[in-house]
Amino acid sequence: MIAYLAKRVAVLLASTATAGVVVFAFMALLPGDPAEVALGVNATPEAVEALRGQWGTDRPPLTQFLDWIGGLATGDFGVSYVTSSPIGQQIGERLGVTLTLVLGGMVIALIVAVPAGTFAAVHHRNPLGALISAFSQVGIAVPAFLAGILLVFVFAVQAQALPSGGYVPPAENPSMWFQSLLLPWLSLGLVQGAVLTRYVRSAVLEVMREDYLRTARAKGRGRMGALWRHGLRNAAIPVVTVLGLQLATLLIGAVVVERVFVIPGLGDLLLNGVAQRDLLLVQGVVMLLVVAVLLVNFVVDVAYAVLDPRLR
Amino acid sequence: MRRFGIWMALGGLLLSAACGGGSAGTPATAAKPLAVGFVAEPANLDFTATEGAAIPQALLVNVYEGLVKLDQDGKIQPLLAEKWEVSPDNKTYTFTLRKGVTFTNGAPFTADDVVFSVDRVKSDWKLKIKTQMDVVDKVEKKDDHTAVVTLKRPSNGWLYSMATRLGAMFSRTGVADLANKPVGTGPYQLGSWKRGDSIQLTANEKYWGTKPQVPRITLKYFKDATAMNNALLTGGIDIISAVQAPESLAQFADPNRFQVVEGTTNGEVVLSMNNARPPFNDKKVRQAVRHAIDHRALLDTAWAGRGQLIGSMVPPTDPWYEDRTGDYPYDVAKAKELLGGKTHNVKMRIPNLPYAVAAAQVVKSQLAQVGINAEIDPLEFPARWLDVVFKQGDYDLSIINHVEPRDMGIFADKSYYFHYDNPEFGKLLASADSGTEEEQAADLKAAAKLLSDDAAADWLFLFPNLIVARKDVTGGLPKNGISEAFDFTALTKQ
Repeated sequence: MIAYLAKRVAVLLASTATAGVVVFAFMALLPGDPAEVALGVNATPEAVEALRGQWGTDRPPLTQFLDWIGGLATGDFGVSYVTSSPIGQQIGERLGVTLTLVLGGMVIALIVAVPAGTFAAVHHRNPLGALISAFSQVGIAVPAFLAGILLVFVFAVQAQALPSGGYVPPAENPSMWFQSLLLPWLSLGLVQGAVLTRYVRSAVLEVMREDYLRTARAKGRGRMGALWRHGLRNAAIPVVTVLGLQLATLLIGAVVVERVFVIPGLGDLLLNGVAQRDLLLVQGVVMLLVVAVLLVNFVVDVAYAVLDPRLR
Repeated sequence: MRRFGIWMALGGLLLSAACGGGSAGTPATAAKPLAVGFVAEPANLDFTATEGAAIPQALLVNVYEGLVKLDQDGKIQPLLAEKWEVSPDNKTYTFTLRKGVTFTNGAPFTADDVVFSVDRVKSDWKLKIKTQMDVVDKVEKKDDHTAVVTLKRPSNGWLYSMATRLGAMFSRTGVADLANKPVGTGPYQLGSWKRGDSIQLTANEKYWGTKPQVPRITLKYFKDATAMNNALLTGGIDIISAVQAPESLAQFADPNRFQVVEGTTNGEVVLSMNNARPPFNDKKVRQAVRHAIDHRALLDTAWAGRGQLIGSMVPPTDPWYEDRTGDYPYDVAKAKELLGGKTHNVKMRIPNLPYAVAAAQVVKSQLAQVGINAEIDPLEFPARWLDVVFKQGDYDLSIINHVEPRDMGIFADKSYYFHYDNPEFGKLLASADSGTEEEQAADLKAAAKLLSDDAAADWLFLFPNLIVARKDVTGGLPKNGISEAFDFTALTKQ
């Protein structure tokens, strides 16, 4: 297990370093000079030059890269060109919001998918099971932002039951906080739930065909009982993998959903940063997202190994 | 459709129930806080160092005040200066300052601050517009409440510039952190700023003038037009400061719930032609373009008929405005004749903004009828468009809304991306700036006519000022968007 872990950690570190180089290179290739964008259409060349000097964007790329990556290693994301406030602080403020959004979406997805998928597997021969499968197919085809737009139309604009957007911090008003996040959670969670339902269903179906389950049933357990005692742990392995992969999709879905619901999260910060060519900020956020995905994959790999000792 | 009606009725019922419940607890006299939806959030709050309309829109007039301000007809009115006198040679302005004015940091406003603020434009401002203050020779304090500005030469444009952000008065002890802590003399001050979400302005209790009725104004920022519309429909905001898609106005048609205000702006949507390279270095080809476009049809298709046709680079709120739409009437045969049977393939590089994309489709199809085949190339705005079209000048046609007030002068600079070059035009502008008011108007009328005759560009339409507000918002919704500021001071909500 230790050797396995060491190998996974090495892969994680190598991928992070590679990602750093790639992210920086892409930012350098992005057209548009941050200083020109900040000063706008009528800026004089001298003013642009002065701002480049002030921001350090006139230094050689290698110097800038080393400076940036060195800062990251100590947790320093640098100072934003445009807002002149520390990027780490800005990311911190937004990260909490996005994580709340993603985790809430994930919880709803699981609440939907585990019972629905198991039910559809156990009843795969009757019409109700087929109906659930069909529904999950439709869900897969719907992007989260579209679900968001539909939910806003029905629950906010027509029924006037929930706010159409905006975000209230929980410290300010817990009830408003919950209301402002309910629709975004549902948009992410229902779509993800549909995707997961299919995986849960096929994983449970797979397990139901296994010899050990037949043995358990031969020993007198009922179908659900056998599944509960012996099946779900095994069925969880592929589901956990998918869950990890889907977490990355969920994070990207959140970026778009934030825009639909006017939620000041990481996605909003990222898209603004791109528009204003706040390159250092964009680099920081992208790097954070990349590391998050790498970390999730790492955790999935490790969880996999914990669940199935044969893989160690 | 019927179901829709029922939902709306139900929604209205819920809403009125909610409002009824809410207002019971508040005294009838106090005006309620207001929330206003905007599109672009300021990157920071320092409009002396950062371009863009978003900062002065929020802070000018509301937080920062100048010696003078623009009224709804585009006329210059006193603000921190009670009055001013101009010397007979039109070079010396003596401002009598209002007494009892304090900044929100507690410092009194005196002639020293005027000297500081005017000098600071030259020394500390980073924006190109600061060159409008180059004409100032010196600014001096006569006594605490009298400031004297001497110009190098007479300039009609200077006092107008003083009504824009250039004339904002800063406290000598309040400029340490302009990006985050604005200090002004205005009726509002910065309350809080939730980055990515909203800015809150609160009433300045010590304001020298009429105190604002609305105790708190929240400026909410929406990147998405639909999200902003939904927020107004659901009571999340009270006002949409600028409608992003005129087609969406149908949602707000119910006069019992909403009011729509339509006026003019300073934004000329210009079809720019690269005067420096073929085919548009040929005046006849440019004239052909102007004849080939059916401007009324274009406005109807691209911007739901909202906006005004102008024909040159002057909005109707400027005193020297003349309707120049008759200069090049829609005439396909005339256009073809001017082209002499030749066809041209050109690149139309437009910013990826809604009005430009919509207008470009119509321009393309109308130009195709006379033999000019335009390939539309949308560029991300601002960065890509700024680089390719504006800086490198690598384009044949482009479309952009030029929003700066009194910006006809950009055609006088032949290095500007139009590359229009006519020395006569520059002479007219210079003469206008130094002449009397009448001479100024006459010269600028002639300048606008010259631009139109030369077909230096084509003016597609004047961008409309479109505001939608809830019915219960009363007081002055700014009809014409001619100042950089969105003036909140006259608003109330019952």
